[in-house]
Amino acid sequence: MAAQTNTPPLLEVRNLRVEFPTRRGTLLAVDDVSFEIAPGEVLGVVGESGAGKSLTGNAIIGLLEPPGRIAGGEIRLEGRRIDNLPYEEMRKIRGARIGAIFQDPLTSLNPLYSVGRQLVETIQTHMPLSAGKARDRAIDLLKEVGIPGAEMRIDHYPHQFSGGMRQRVVIALALCAGPRLIVADEPTTALDVSIQAQIIALLKRLCREHGTAVMLVTHDMGVIAETADRVAVMYAGRVAEIGPVREVVKHAKHPYTKGLMGSIPSLGVRSEKLTQIDGAMPRLTEIPTGCAFNPRCTFKGQRCLVERPNLMPAGATQAACWLHDAGGVGAPLPKEAVHA
Amino acid sequence: MTDRPATSPGWLHRITDSDIWWSFKSSSLTVVAAVGTLLIVVIAFLSPVLAPHTPFDPATLSLSDGLKPPVLLSPDGDWAFPLGTDDQGRDILSSIMYGTRLSLVVGFASVVVAMTIGIALGLISGYFGGAIDALIMRIADVQLTFPAILVALLIDGIVRSVISVQRHDEIAVFVIVGAIGLSFWVQYARTVRGSVMVEKNKEYVQAARVIGLSPLLIMVRHVLPNVTGPVLVIATINLGLAIITEATLSFLGVGLPSTEPSLGTLIRLGNDVLQSGDWWITVFPGITLAALVLAVNLLGDWLRDALNPKLR
Amino acid sequence: MPDRGADFVRIEGLKRHFDVSAPWLVRKLEGRPRQVVQAVDGIDIEIAKGETFSLVGESGCGKSTVARLVVGLYPPTAGRIEFDGNDMAGRHSRSDMAALRRRMQMIFQDPFASLNPRWRVFDIIAEPIRAFGLAKDKADLEARVGGLLRQVRLNPADGRKYPHEFSGGQRQRISIARALASEPEFLVCDEPTSALDVSVQAQILNLMVDLQRRLQLTYLFISHNLAVVYHISTRVGVMYLGRLVEVAPTETLFRRPKHPYTRMLLDTIPDLDMTGRQRSPVGGEVPSPINPPSGCSFHPRCPFANDRCKAERPKALPIEGGTVACHAIEEGRLPIEERSYAVSA
Repeated sequence: MAAQTNTPPLLEVRNLRVEFPTRRGTLLAVDDVSFEIAPGEVLGVVGESGAGKSLTGNAIIGLLEPPGRIAGGEIRLEGRRIDNLPYEEMRKIRGARIGAIFQDPLTSLNPLYSVGRQLVETIQTHMPLSAGKARDRAIDLLKEVGIPGAEMRIDHYPHQFSGGMRQRVVIALALCAGPRLIVADEPTTALDVSIQAQIIALLKRLCREHGTAVMLVTHDMGVIAETADRVAVMYAGRVAEIGPVREVVKHAKHPYTKGLMGSIPSLGVRSEKLTQIDGAMPRLTEIPTGCAFNPRCTFKGQRCLVERPNLMPAGATQAACWLHDAGGVGAPLPKEAVHA
Repeated sequence: MTDRPATSPGWLHRITDSDIWWSFKSSSLTVVAAVGTLLIVVIAFLSPVLAPHTPFDPATLSLSDGLKPPVLLSPDGDWAFPLGTDDQGRDILSSIMYGTRLSLVVGFASVVVAMTIGIALGLISGYFGGAIDALIMRIADVQLTFPAILVALLIDGIVRSVISVQRHDEIAVFVIVGAIGLSFWVQYARTVRGSVMVEKNKEYVQAARVIGLSPLLIMVRHVLPNVTGPVLVIATINLGLAIITEATLSFLGVGLPSTEPSLGTLIRLGNDVLQSGDWWITVFPGITLAALVLAVNLLGDWLRDALNPKLR
Repeated sequence: MPDRGADFVRIEGLKRHFDVSAPWLVRKLEGRPRQVVQAVDGIDIEIAKGETFSLVGESGCGKSTVARLVVGLYPPTAGRIEFDGNDMAGRHSRSDMAALRRRMQMIFQDPFASLNPRWRVFDIIAEPIRAFGLAKDKADLEARVGGLLRQVRLNPADGRKYPHEFSGGQRQRISIARALASEPEFLVCDEPTSALDVSVQAQILNLMVDLQRRLQLTYLFISHNLAVVYHISTRVGVMYLGRLVEVAPTETLFRRPKHPYTRMLLDTIPDLDMTGRQRSPVGGEVPSPINPPSGCSFHPRCPFANDRCKAERPKALPIEGGTVACHAIEEGRLPIEERSYAVSA
């Protein structure tokens, strides 16, 4: 895809579809999503709530909550298909090859066991180490994620750690077996701003040192801007734009990305009014035909109402927008329709 | 977004479109239970119209009709008394219909009494907290250490010792409703208290406090409507329990008098002559009681699951 | 300090302590002492009419408690709150108190919890109007609710719906409409946009700025998001562990931050302009407010702390149109730094 060399991708997601059967019909929550992550790369996946970003992450680690299910497409890790593996095999890959970090560190830690026991168990599940060796490794991991007094803290229970420290323990847990990919779902959202910066710096350092790739799922553009190499912007279950982070942040090509960036208050200039995108993301039950963004778009034409755009080259990024197609957005819409 | 036309579907559509209706429809056992309950209730309350006899009017009784067996199970059965008669010549089918009505009335009424006491104390306890809360909850704890039937027996016993037997028979229904009501309030109070403690910290209650509404208004207008779900579940399950409790008390002879028999009284009356082989007098009311309570409990179980998605 | 006219809202020495001790019996049996959280530990704020005063700080710093104290949801442990010259804790008749309450309202953080799910939107917005008896008759009530809905860019016909039929941003508009229903002059906004997505946050912030101008509202704005605070505020107060460490006009606070904690907070703002500026992670975490550090409560995390900082609580001293409570600044040990931010294209 973009920017990367000819090394084969570590993770390859092709035309992924995730659906939820409900009594009112099947909802398509992730619709034809494709992207790649190169070894050692940080891919940010950003979007507003309900955009399908967390579901994409969960589909990759094989933890879609029922009744959600993968309805199409494929996911390949190091060339091997993992989306159709039986649960037991996927469990081995999760942990050994893919680590997971969630928003709330408390959900990832068992409150009844000391963090040391949880780390040692995870290490021994995935690596042939003796109990003593595994404990040494656990202490090393805790030191690595910046927990002071690791030798003593290893026997503490999750509730004895503060929020930031707990998230460090979760990161250590995700790193246990030396995974090639970490899927981090809103890892900093539950934390205070000063702690957020610490966790982001930690994630970045670990990736650099271990060559671990990260899929960073978040709604926080700031976190993405500082951490990611490339970013995928999701809207209503689809990728609206994907490209190098600097290009997407500074020179967005999709009207949604542009609006999103403009709506973040900036410290540079203090404007009277923030750029705003009117309306809200459609519910899954009422996704419009054509481009899902068309009801909120100020550049839309006839074509946007009927034909759904796929990702296409747009400057240094790829955007799913007819503005960047040779055929354009089609005939202009009557004035009333634009302001409706 | 702002120009979305307001849709206001009719209430019937709102019900048939709701998740709860869907959950109801997709559980066939629940539909059967609901139809069964409805059938029993309708028949019971229409008993003055539907019943072939008026079994408790002494003028219509004839001892020569006494102890007739059910018509289909015995060659000497009489079609005038499809389920047979008791020793007084009362038609069992009619007795069951009238008795079910009385059981239902007592059950409903005692649930209403328990609910009223429980909700009121639960609201006060949960909203104000502190010493009032501690007092009410300790009383509830103490009460819970006695089985409900014992509490009801105790209350009935006290009333009996205070007033004459004649007088007691006249107000027996009220005594038993009060006794059962008083023995079941704890569960409502605890549930409501728990819900109130959750709801009162929600921001919509704080918004009402910022306006300066009185605690009473806030409780009635804001908190109460939001704690009705769990209360409804308990009420449904308790309806079955209340009916059983009334039957038990009546069976033990401290409930409703035989001049005005409920299902429990009928079972007791039949039990007295069971040794002589006249089984139908006690078996048919027993089956009716079991069917009624089972149907009501099935409804309650479904309601609990439907209103609490976490349990599924 | 420049003369900003008469203060509309004046908060003096405000304190609020919460007793978080175990129940009496448990305490006696296990010999545990009482535990008191000093959520708000003596703060002074003056807010002029028509301005937006923001309180920023990390979670647990007491900013939301201040909001609730101001609107009277909690009684203060000590200190006084004066609103347009009236002491809120003073003896007022019932009708006087209602008249004061009518003039100040609150907007809450969670648009999913702040609207009663069982009520129609019309009744939610009509509640303050009914409570304060503002409408002459039914037609007037309907006209007022319709006008309020239009004011927050919703359709008057939306009044017939229930809250669950709306998105988060629309619910927050309903919440604002309810707050405006009693025609208040002062709005306390407790993190009104932190539960919303950014594009919706922009809509709500624009709406609030617009309403402030049209209705001459005064805002007390509580937030942990510094970029939002920068955008919306006239003046900013920075809170740490229940105390105000720095108060300054917005530009001054962001261009010439003084208190080490303010500087640390500014360092944590994500760099969206891609200038390559790195967030400098600050070590340590906020200590427990049950046993706050002695002296200046920031001293365990402060690179400039000395023995005086550990022993003596710094006073708020006036500086450059604001105040700062820091010994290092007072003694001139810590030079004031200039900051600039890239102008985004």
